[in-house]
Amino acid sequence: MTFLDYAPAPESRSILDLRSDYGLFIDGEWRAGRGTPFASISPATEEHIASIASANEADVDAAVSAARRAYEKTWSRMSGADRGKYLFRIARLVQERARELAVAESLDNGKPIKESRDVDVPLVAAWFFYYAGWADKLDHAGLGAAPSALGVAAQVIPWNFPLLMLAWKIAPALAAGNTVVLKPAETTPLTALLFADIVRQAGLPAGVVNIITGAGETGAALVAHPDVDKVAFTGSTAVGRAIAKTVAGTHKRLTLELGGKAANIVFDDAPIDQAVEGIVNGIFFNQGHVCCAGSRLLVQESIHDEVVDRLKDRLSTLRLGDPLDKNTDIGAINSREQLDRIRELSAVGEAEGAERWTAECAIPDNGFWFAPTIFTNVSTSSRIAREEIFGPVLSVLTFRTPAEAIAKANNTPYGLSAGIWSDKGSRILAVADQLRAGVVWANTFNRFDPASPFGGYKESGYGREGGVHGLAAYLKPGSSALAAPATRSQKAARKGAAK
Amino acid sequence: MTRLAVPKTYKLYIGGKFPRSESGRVYEVASASGSFLANAAQASRKDARDAVAAARAAVGGWSGTTAYNRGQVLYRIAELLEGRRAQFVSEVADAEGVTTAAATAQVDTAIDRWVWYAGWADKYAQVAGNGNPVAGPYFNISVPEPTGVVAVIAPQDSSLLGFVSALAPALVAGNTVVIVASQSMPLPAISLSEVLATSDVPGGVVNILTGSPAEIAPWLASHADVNAIDLVGAGDLDWVALQIDAAETLKRVLAPENGPDAAAPALSRITAFTETKTVWHTKGLL
Amino acid sequence: MTLTQIVQGERSLAVIGGEATDANLRRYLHGIPGVDAVGLEQRAAGLGTRSIKTTSKAWALDRIIGLIDQTTLEGADTPGKVRSLVAKAVTPDPADPTCPSTAAVCVYGDMVPFAVEALGSARGDPEKGGVAVAAVATAFPSGRASLAVKLADTADAVAAGADEIDMVIDRGAFLAGRYGMVYDEIVAVKEACRRTDGTSAHLKVILETGELNTYDNVRRASWLGILAGGDFIKTSTGKVAPAATLPVTLLMLEVVRDWRRMTGERVGVKPAGGIRSSKDAIKYLVTVAETVGEEWLTPSLFRFGASSLTNDVLLQRQKLATGHYSGPDYVTID
Repeated sequence: MTFLDYAPAPESRSILDLRSDYGLFIDGEWRAGRGTPFASISPATEEHIASIASANEADVDAAVSAARRAYEKTWSRMSGADRGKYLFRIARLVQERARELAVAESLDNGKPIKESRDVDVPLVAAWFFYYAGWADKLDHAGLGAAPSALGVAAQVIPWNFPLLMLAWKIAPALAAGNTVVLKPAETTPLTALLFADIVRQAGLPAGVVNIITGAGETGAALVAHPDVDKVAFTGSTAVGRAIAKTVAGTHKRLTLELGGKAANIVFDDAPIDQAVEGIVNGIFFNQGHVCCAGSRLLVQESIHDEVVDRLKDRLSTLRLGDPLDKNTDIGAINSREQLDRIRELSAVGEAEGAERWTAECAIPDNGFWFAPTIFTNVSTSSRIAREEIFGPVLSVLTFRTPAEAIAKANNTPYGLSAGIWSDKGSRILAVADQLRAGVVWANTFNRFDPASPFGGYKESGYGREGGVHGLAAYLKPGSSALAAPATRSQKAARKGAAK
Repeated sequence: MTRLAVPKTYKLYIGGKFPRSESGRVYEVASASGSFLANAAQASRKDARDAVAAARAAVGGWSGTTAYNRGQVLYRIAELLEGRRAQFVSEVADAEGVTTAAATAQVDTAIDRWVWYAGWADKYAQVAGNGNPVAGPYFNISVPEPTGVVAVIAPQDSSLLGFVSALAPALVAGNTVVIVASQSMPLPAISLSEVLATSDVPGGVVNILTGSPAEIAPWLASHADVNAIDLVGAGDLDWVALQIDAAETLKRVLAPENGPDAAAPALSRITAFTETKTVWHTKGLL
Repeated sequence: MTLTQIVQGERSLAVIGGEATDANLRRYLHGIPGVDAVGLEQRAAGLGTRSIKTTSKAWALDRIIGLIDQTTLEGADTPGKVRSLVAKAVTPDPADPTCPSTAAVCVYGDMVPFAVEALGSARGDPEKGGVAVAAVATAFPSGRASLAVKLADTADAVAAGADEIDMVIDRGAFLAGRYGMVYDEIVAVKEACRRTDGTSAHLKVILETGELNTYDNVRRASWLGILAGGDFIKTSTGKVAPAATLPVTLLMLEVVRDWRRMTGERVGVKPAGGIRSSKDAIKYLVTVAETVGEEWLTPSLFRFGASSLTNDVLLQRQKLATGHYSGPDYVTID
């Protein structure tokens, strides 16, 4: 045996106490769904995890009504300090049940336990802690005195970071005084349903948080519900576009966090070993199921071969396999549908003449898997350089000058994130200035923090999540908000105009 | 013996130049009392296209100026407007049929509005940006940046103040603008283009179209190279359809506003056309 | 000078692009890509989360013992203390004859004759199951002496039977940018390692990374040590805090990896000081395996400089063998 054949080190599933089926969490209680239930499976084994209720329009209406009642009767009347205390409680409960949540997430989503354990769940707790503290400090959010909540928030989240996206949505909404109806993704409802139990343990008033499960139609019904005041969506640009059209003309406020095709720019003076790590983390973190993934590597031509060689060496040490194994670096692709899309686009890449390299690794018999893959000789017009693949597939392109790097990086309808690797501070700052992306990581990649706003330019969506910006997305400005005082001539002008 | 006046030909303002509509069309603009004032160019979709191209070309330069410089350029507009105050008072009075006093008040307010927004150029980023205390060895800062090309449907019931109130905030952050003037009262807006052309505002930063908002707005709302659209003056149009068009490329949209407070001065009108960019950098002594 | 030494020296000069002057070395060493401290430390932390269980762990524990330079470097060292150290190195666990011996003992130069004598027939190439004698030299740990004294210190230890010499670089000269002086000194010490029969004691070059302070300095000093002909690059004397850390060792392994990439040659790495637990040592093994490959987990290419690590490994070994936790009374103190 060789030393690197680490013995399997699976995280125990015994910590999970799952039910065979889950209902809808509405008004503080579990209810049967009126749609056809569906199964949630483990993408690593295709094993059935639980039967999940499906909410139809009547269920959506019940959930929105419950949220409305809770908003009118309880939550909007509660002091910010008390709202904050509930959120602090939730943060603590998440920490207490962290291992259970991590195991459930890896089981349901397929992501490596080291990521759910060390990244997702700790950030979930951090998100609630951060926004808990805002609940009684809304006057200081830069929106004038006494900004008010919007009302009922409809929140639809994706499958790539199921519990983390829940936290990104629920924490600021509740801190600002809204109540929520949240729909997790069809393939990853488990942790949201466990979260409902945390809501129960926290003693949150009934109806403040409602969790309904279902497919796309459930989400569409929720977003279109007339009694919703705020819509927050994270997911594909196609669905985001449809939601923006649905919401057009209504009073609903909208936050969209959509797709990306981030450039990760490596200059010839980059700290090379850290850049290689950053490239790996940028595209292979969470199997590349990351909207801000660094899926387009833009490397300076003079170091292209060296970077690619080092990258291949590094990828050869990645371990693909059981998501619950602590040594696993690359877990399962979340669904067969997604696997098909990754395969299709990779085939297109090859057909378009790019050179494909795939790390050697054993693929398990069951489940959905895709080995880390690099495409070199990719042209800027290639589909794999333009479209979001949302998988462990990196397209490598080259540039010669900083101006060319910037032009190529910005040459996309997306604008979510970007990376810069260089040892030269002035260049980093200048390039960061010119990149049209909402998050720019310099000499690092894929870092997240509740205090740090996240969100995109252009077709990557609008609004920000995280930080005070993320809070403002759930607030109406206070009465005295930052308007210029009317001048005497202005008043006169109004009088004149009103004649 | 009275002197026979020399009337002005009112044209479009695109890329720092004053073209006629490529369509060759004009429409008659009348005073509030119904008398003929002038023929204004009736802009076509191709004029809108040209205006967007000019605006796009100007983004790099305008957004690349220092905030201090942008503030001075906007302030310079106020200075020049002040110098041509009498002309604008007369044009506003003619267009809107208001008293000279009311027209004067409107022009003064418009001038003051430029001053107010000019002052924001080097401040809004401090108010809307943040240093973020992230849990790790990182320098992390969020700054607002211009979103790019902004299309504006100016308020239709205000000839100058509404126009300025919608235009000025979009310029503060470094966006460039394609703005459709009030259809019935376009002349003060066109005269403003003469002020802009002789001020320090680079060509293409502001592009002014006159004509039918109902005809032009859909082309702007659906134009893929427009980043945001301010529908403040689109209340009488099918603005929901415009918003749906805008959603196709996820444009930032401001909804219609009615009444004398439309486009009231506010920081939020500046930040509505900005993108928050968050930059992380590692921090290490070793 | 042997043929290989000449070839090596010429190749280094070719890499540097001229004579080993301060200016040429500076140009070369400062032209190598920089190190981002945060990224390096995150990578090291990631490697530290690898989980080793059961059979891998048994293999790892035995391998750790076989890579240890069992060390005593005290002013109070005596022949008796050294004999005790040697006994521990040869037979780490008297209760278990299957326990491998350590790679070497590491002592001050004047203690070499006692170590040689105590080892007797057990002395030999650790690649072949023997225990080598390593001596620190060159006015260890500060290195603050004239070159003549450092060379005499080295030659003396070699003459007394040292198989390996652990030299310290002149950190003062390094930090002052006098890279040529540091280079020349390593070359001279390497020459002093030669025995009368033409063979040479192996040279480990101690960078004293705690005094170099920055990762960029560690990286440059690593290159300098390798270019000048060091067989090993070693983190620390153990007399300066911080001694060996995982990020520093990772960084040095990356240099060794890049050197192999460039020349095909293998250079050893020795983290020394501060590695006291099996758990930590296993993190180093993982780091070696994932950075340069498992072939490096052999005494000619990787060592731990440690004194108390052996006993912790033995306790873990006993736990694996018996299934219950052991205690300090069940391992010997040397």
